[in-house]
Amino acid sequence: MTSPTKAEGSGPAVALDPELAATSEVDKPKTLEGRSPGQLMWQRFRRDRTGMICAGVVIFFFVISLCAPLLTAISGTNPYTLYGQDPTYADSPVLDDFGLPLGYLGGVSGDHWFGVEPQYGRDLFAMLMYGMRTSLYMALGVTVLLMATGVIIGLIGGYFGGRTDYWIGRVTDFFLSFPQQLFFIAFMPVVTAFFVDPREETPTYFRAVAILIVLWLLGWMGMARLVRSTVLSLREREFVEAAKVSGASPWRIVRKEILPNVVSPILVQFTYQLPSTILTIAFLSFAGVGFVEPTPDWGKLFAAGAKYAEQDPAFMFFPGVALVIFILCFNLLGDSVRDAFDPKSGR
Amino acid sequence: MSDNLTLPAQQGSTGTSTEPLLEVRGLTKHFPIYGGFPIKRKVGAVQAVDGVDLTVGVGESVGLVGESGCGKSTTGRLITRLLEPTAGTISYLGQDITHASRKQLAPVRSDIQMIFQDPYSSLNPRQTVGTIIKSPMEVNGIEPEGGREKKVRELLELVGLNPEHYNRFPHEFSGGQRQRIGVARALALNPKLIVADEPVSALDVSIQAQVVNLLQEVQQELGIAFLFIAHDLAIVRHFSQRVAVMYLGKVVEVGDRDAIYNRPRHPYTHALLSAVPEVAIDDETEAKERIRLYGDVPSPISPPSGCRFRTRCWKAQDKCASEEPPLLQISGNRDGHLTACHFPEDPTTEARAEDVILDPALKALEKDAADDTGAKPAKD
Ligand SMILES: Nc1ncnc2c1ncn2[C@@H]1O[C@H](COP(=O)(O)OP(=O)(O)OP(=O)(O)O)[C@@H](O)[C@H]1O
Ligand code: SF4
Ligand SMILES: [Mg+2]
Repeated sequence: MTSPTKAEGSGPAVALDPELAATSEVDKPKTLEGRSPGQLMWQRFRRDRTGMICAGVVIFFFVISLCAPLLTAISGTNPYTLYGQDPTYADSPVLDDFGLPLGYLGGVSGDHWFGVEPQYGRDLFAMLMYGMRTSLYMALGVTVLLMATGVIIGLIGGYFGGRTDYWIGRVTDFFLSFPQQLFFIAFMPVVTAFFVDPREETPTYFRAVAILIVLWLLGWMGMARLVRSTVLSLREREFVEAAKVSGASPWRIVRKEILPNVVSPILVQFTYQLPSTILTIAFLSFAGVGFVEPTPDWGKLFAAGAKYAEQDPAFMFFPGVALVIFILCFNLLGDSVRDAFDPKSGR
Repeated sequence: MSDNLTLPAQQGSTGTSTEPLLEVRGLTKHFPIYGGFPIKRKVGAVQAVDGVDLTVGVGESVGLVGESGCGKSTTGRLITRLLEPTAGTISYLGQDITHASRKQLAPVRSDIQMIFQDPYSSLNPRQTVGTIIKSPMEVNGIEPEGGREKKVRELLELVGLNPEHYNRFPHEFSGGQRQRIGVARALALNPKLIVADEPVSALDVSIQAQVVNLLQEVQQELGIAFLFIAHDLAIVRHFSQRVAVMYLGKVVEVGDRDAIYNRPRHPYTHALLSAVPEVAIDDETEAKERIRLYGDVPSPISPPSGCRFRTRCWKAQDKCASEEPPLLQISGNRDGHLTACHFPEDPTTEARAEDVILDPALKALEKDAADDTGAKPAKD
């Protein structure tokens, strides 16, 4: 094929295309891999010191909670043994006569790194590790689920618009109108009772499923709205029309043209959603509708901590510090991710 | 609108010298306006396109010119079937595609392509140039000889880009280069008709000529018919064999290049031409007619009765308000030159005895000056 740009020009002659000359100069090196917006984002993110540190901390938390059995094996403790009451451990007492931990800082010792729980003498280190595991992975599950739901619903509403969008919008409004915290508390027993005979013991896995369902049902709306508005603006872009002109199916347009462009807002939203879900799950356990004894759970540690606050304030220390660091880092990470995606937003 | 006589469009009146590829008859698009409280209902319509007749021949380049908001893009989008026409027919090679669904359109899809106005929003920022140009082939299941990638590289070369740019992303290119990528994408399916919606108006003036030249060469070498949309006559002058002038949703004058540029009849075409700086290059006369239109295009929600141009026309008379002028070959026009006007101008672009000034402030100023010298003021 001949290149018409180099052919004779009939109008004002531009025989030597300056653009062409410029581009062929730049491209001396043969490796012409362009850098995708994603790669650019990753580069910007790597330059962000705070973001990198926070990412490290967050990953650290996930890893140690995943390794909870390993770590407790090293410390030689487990979250279920009542070290204060079990006769096996009578030779090394951890509690005094009032049921309070012996020693400083809630009974920190070589055996019990973070101290022990008043009354029962359970090992706080083991409880925290296992508790974090329960909470983090529950939150991860819930967040992934509600993000996925939100994205799908938002995509459908945003792309198809019109009547579909109208009805989806109304349903979203309906779910948004629930006072969430109240409904969590009110609904949890209902959901549980719906599946399990109240006279029987509710299995732990089932409580987890119930929490998942309730948080999922009442949590997808924010994501759906975000995705919907992003898609609404993307839908009008000319590259979507170009795809339509080429005959692409709506499914292909959503998948190939629109979805890649909503990844960044989804990711940013994810980094904000996860810590808030952790707090919500903790709140549920704190309010007594989440996990129950003896399942170790981060939120329940606070409930217990509040109970012991007067006699043994140190009990709250380790779970509290861990939670504050984790949530703080996660939120800072969210900010960094947002900045990396959108360098214009600034600080 | 109700009291005017609408004459049926003459058969083949907008005909071309070649075999017709695309025929548009009475094409209409009304965008409904909803309002009212508490129950929303239709309160009116934007008559963006209102009975457009247009024919594009095989391999022919047609310019579609008009002011901003007169419905050019809407016409282009109707033809590429991005919008659903309210009325009228679009036929492609004799096949009616006015209301064809996506599936029914499939065989025709690859023949009609579009180049967009904004080079920044017309390329997906998350796809490589290769993916962008390759997608239409994937959608239509076209497997060119030597593979799609080879074809993409050929296309990149054809539009004057380095084939090695295959793996680059749109943000790494300038506006002009992006528009070339858009051209390559439109060419990927070997189309027979390309609708180019102001393909250069978002570009820097220095690059506009390059892209227009590229399009012209593509058009001539590959024999692709073009509907080139532009808002002034200068851009399409060298490009188009025929030109249609649009005003407020209607075609007011259509004819071959010579007819529109050298023998225009419709006052609006005269006005547009007087805004073209280099219009008089063919004839040696330096002095040109000067027409200064003032005001905006009237609202397409309630267009003026009769002739839609009458609110700004200096020749308007009572008849113009009551009767809509049909698009006809009026006396004095050559073959294929149609004008919709009751009182057409002389077929000339010679200098006028007096300037036609439609800006009231300007008119007042010049009237004072004219009164002083005792000359007659410019006619309304
Ligand atoms: N989707 C829509 N809904 C309602 N009105 C619309 C829509 N698209 C266009 N219009 C209206 O239709 C009229 C014609 O618009 P169009 O975009 O076709 O003009 P244009 O000739 O392409 O102008 P420009 O030169 O500015 O691109 C305008 O008044 C516009 O407001
Ligand atoms: S029909 Fe009348 S108002 Fe319309 S352009 Fe002709 S002279 Fe002017
Ligand atoms: Mg337009």
